[in-house]
Amino acid sequence: MSKMKIATVWLDGCSGCHMSMFDMDEKLIDILEKVDLVYSPLVDAKEFPEGVDVTVIEGGVGSEEDKHMLELIRARTHMLVSYGDCAVTGNVPSLRNRFSVDDLIKRSYIENVSAHGDGGGNVPGDAVPRLLPVERPLHEVVRVDVFIPGCPPRPGLTYFMLKELLEGRMPDLKEKTRFGL
Amino acid sequence: MNESARIVTFKMDGREIGAREDETILQVATDNGIFIPTLCYLEGLSAMGGCRLCMVEVKETSKLVPSCVTYAREGMEVITNSERLAKYRIMLLELFFAERNHICAICVANGRCELQNLTVNLGMTHVHFPYFYPRVPVDASHERFVLDHNRCILCTRCVRVCAEIEGAHTLDVMTRGMDSRIITDLNQAWGSSVTCTRCGKCVNVCPTGALSEKGKAVADIAVKKQFLPYLTRMRRGKQ
Amino acid sequence: MHPDELLDLIDKENEARSRWKHTIHICTAAGCLSCRSDALKEAFDKEVAAKGLAEVCAVKGVGCMGTCNAGPMVRIEPGGIHYGPVAPEDVSEIVMSLDGDPISRLLCKESAVFSSRQHKIVLENSGIVDPERIEDYIASGGYTALSTALATMSPSDVIAHVVQSGLRGRGGAGYPTGLKWTTVAKTGSRRKYVVCNADEGDPGAFMDRSVLESDPHRVLEGMAIAAYAVSAFHGYLYVRAEYPLAIKRLAKAIRDAERHGLLGNNICGTTFKFGVQIRLGAGAFVCGEETSLISSIEGNRGAPRPRPPYPAEYGLWGHPTLINNVETFANIPPIIRNGGAWFAKTGTEKSKGTKVFAIAGRVNNTGLIEVPFGITLREIVFDIGGGIPEGRNFKAVQTGGPSGGCIPAEFLDMPVDYESLASVGSILGSGGLIVMDDTSCMVDVAKYFMEFSRSESCGKCLPCRTGTPQMYHILGRISEGGGTRYDVQLLEELCDLLKNTSLCGLGLSAPNPVVSTLRYFKDEYEAHILDKTCPAGVCAMASGRMVRQ
Repeated sequence: MSKMKIATVWLDGCSGCHMSMFDMDEKLIDILEKVDLVYSPLVDAKEFPEGVDVTVIEGGVGSEEDKHMLELIRARTHMLVSYGDCAVTGNVPSLRNRFSVDDLIKRSYIENVSAHGDGGGNVPGDAVPRLLPVERPLHEVVRVDVFIPGCPPRPGLTYFMLKELLEGRMPDLKEKTRFGL
Repeated sequence: MNESARIVTFKMDGREIGAREDETILQVATDNGIFIPTLCYLEGLSAMGGCRLCMVEVKETSKLVPSCVTYAREGMEVITNSERLAKYRIMLLELFFAERNHICAICVANGRCELQNLTVNLGMTHVHFPYFYPRVPVDASHERFVLDHNRCILCTRCVRVCAEIEGAHTLDVMTRGMDSRIITDLNQAWGSSVTCTRCGKCVNVCPTGALSEKGKAVADIAVKKQFLPYLTRMRRGKQ
Repeated sequence: MHPDELLDLIDKENEARSRWKHTIHICTAAGCLSCRSDALKEAFDKEVAAKGLAEVCAVKGVGCMGTCNAGPMVRIEPGGIHYGPVAPEDVSEIVMSLDGDPISRLLCKESAVFSSRQHKIVLENSGIVDPERIEDYIASGGYTALSTALATMSPSDVIAHVVQSGLRGRGGAGYPTGLKWTTVAKTGSRRKYVVCNADEGDPGAFMDRSVLESDPHRVLEGMAIAAYAVSAFHGYLYVRAEYPLAIKRLAKAIRDAERHGLLGNNICGTTFKFGVQIRLGAGAFVCGEETSLISSIEGNRGAPRPRPPYPAEYGLWGHPTLINNVETFANIPPIIRNGGAWFAKTGTEKSKGTKVFAIAGRVNNTGLIEVPFGITLREIVFDIGGGIPEGRNFKAVQTGGPSGGCIPAEFLDMPVDYESLASVGSILGSGGLIVMDDTSCMVDVAKYFMEFSRSESCGKCLPCRTGTPQMYHILGRISEGGGTRYDVQLLEELCDLLKNTSLCGLGLSAPNPVVSTLRYFKDEYEAHILDKTCPAGVCAMASGRMVRQ
């Protein structure tokens, strides 16, 4: 039996969900025996590969780049897991949704610039992906197969979820996850 | 409670149950260890029937009834949980989350929030309705308490405890529909309220993080709800 | 006023009437007033005085004649000549022609077809009596029902007639009026209330307004009879403040009725007493819902409370309260005068009597009509309404306002009654009837009504408070070209949720415009979603544009 191809992706989030994944400690070894990690912030692959079995995504959709990436992932993934509150609800990044992007940029790059430098602040140009009008959860952009809320999801949940998926079951996460915490 | 109330027998989830006719379905269910989700209901306060989470099926009618304000009737058959009810309850929870800015991760009530707990109990994993992201303010003008409208679910427990138990009626609701807002006095800053007695009952009955004590960090509030049944019991004894 | 005095007054009034060779009726209800019928009446007064006809020609301000789109309306009696629209410049010509032939260029073209299929019970005095003179109402047989009931009938006799009549609540829900009265009468309480719901709020509906402005005494008489039947001594008339003329005329009517001993203590020389007070609604649609209305009269926030207990048992300040709509009360005096059996002869098996409709929208004749139950929608739209203007095609008729649905052409031959309309996903409602042709976009119509429900939701229960804005938002995104197939599923889910979990009738029925348009005009939704086009050309489509989520 060929190994299952797994990818993890970090979109608009704080990376805390990836940290929580590591908290499965020695079980990581157990998992890695059964899967190929084909794409992740932790591996060297530059392009998201085709034919991925499970993609675990942390973070919401905040920029055009995120949206583009997510659509690509959806096209190349069998099972898409919305992992953590930012992916599931928008969470902390969505705090900006009450303000317009222009106000946001002004506040971040001009008004809040500290005294050093020329004091005027620089609004980033083309090098930085443009923000979408609002931060959105993954399922508002593409179809999502599994939702795992939590900020971050509790340690060990990744293990449980992957194990269930490996054994061909849809993970029943009832009473195992919650928003926040 | 009426001393001469009759005893009625009826079925709840297939079980034969006896209850006083002046008891609501919700009270009877709670006494019999049957869980019905609630948010606006709180024992000791008048029932308002607004959150609709406690709705149950009554056989022989296709209608759902709110169990917090519906009384037990002889021979009725109540179903407190069904696929249909579970579906509606999850949708209702989702509507709460989409209505205001409920960001659990940075909320004072994180971990002690009744809305958050219900998502776990009822199995709500995400909100499939569009979010509104309303721009609502935070009133931190009071010396001891904070009112954060972003977390408010308009259950009006605070309004009722203030009017019915404390007797101050500082809190009320203004405007209508989605623009409804809890206000203090005639929509003044809470800190300038002359009717507020600073008793803190409102903070203690709030199911979410909308009302909290100042100086609390995320996941930091401790809610003391025991006072309410105690107060109502003592008052009832005096009447 | 004693029954004998009542008869004396009728004689006196009739004697005055017999002196007049001609009577010029000028509509002074809100519709015609808005096109300055008050100035017209003044012009007639002046002209008649100038011509020295004041002794033989009466100029009378009356209520609504129905053909509102032809206003200001004038009717000349004898002869029943309807003129409209009439301008002050036409006045001297009309006065000159009183003894000769009617002026053909001024004749109201609509009035003949308009009245052909109508059957007037509620509106029998509308356009005939002067709403500001109690004597005129009495001379037309007013208050005889009350005095007869007090003199010769027991409260249970009165209720028996109402039960026999088969009258059902005209506010929208169609609850049997007799049953409601029986319930209130049976309660043992010593303190009961009679409340008249005049908080008419549906967009496009002006039936109650017209009755109150044209014939206020009839509503008071109906209320007094109801009070006698259920043994209540206090009544409230809850009128929306947006109807200043109705309020003014009601206030005068109450004062006049009190002076004549027809309200207050010792009514008609008996020991029966009944007082009516006016309460003004402050512009909340939800206050038309009976428990909200009660809450508002009590001085509280106008929000519904769960029923049961129903107001008939636990109403105003916790006392048994009889709440009926304006039109329901207006039906009572003729029922008592002519008997319940007489009333039951009109209408269908389950819907007795007549219904007043405010017909508006894309139809040639708009205005107020009263038709017997059982008439078809086709007769209303094409015979009375005169069909669709500019040769366009009929698309749908919307009944019941924001709580009702859109009925497509395939049901035009369906009889109009409570059950039939409900069976096709609409409701009879209070009587608003909006005709739409192929220039109406059904997604836009649904959006319009959802906008109304959203802004009028009281906010007490979650499904209505947040479900209606959700639907409005989703409909908006569909109409802008940003909708997906999934949006239709979301709408269906929300409709189902609201229909089953809302607290009051408003939330329960708020999805109806969406449900009915999805049911009969799904192709229009699909055109918006899949082809990004609006077949009626109403919605501004901006395909390809990033629509706010």
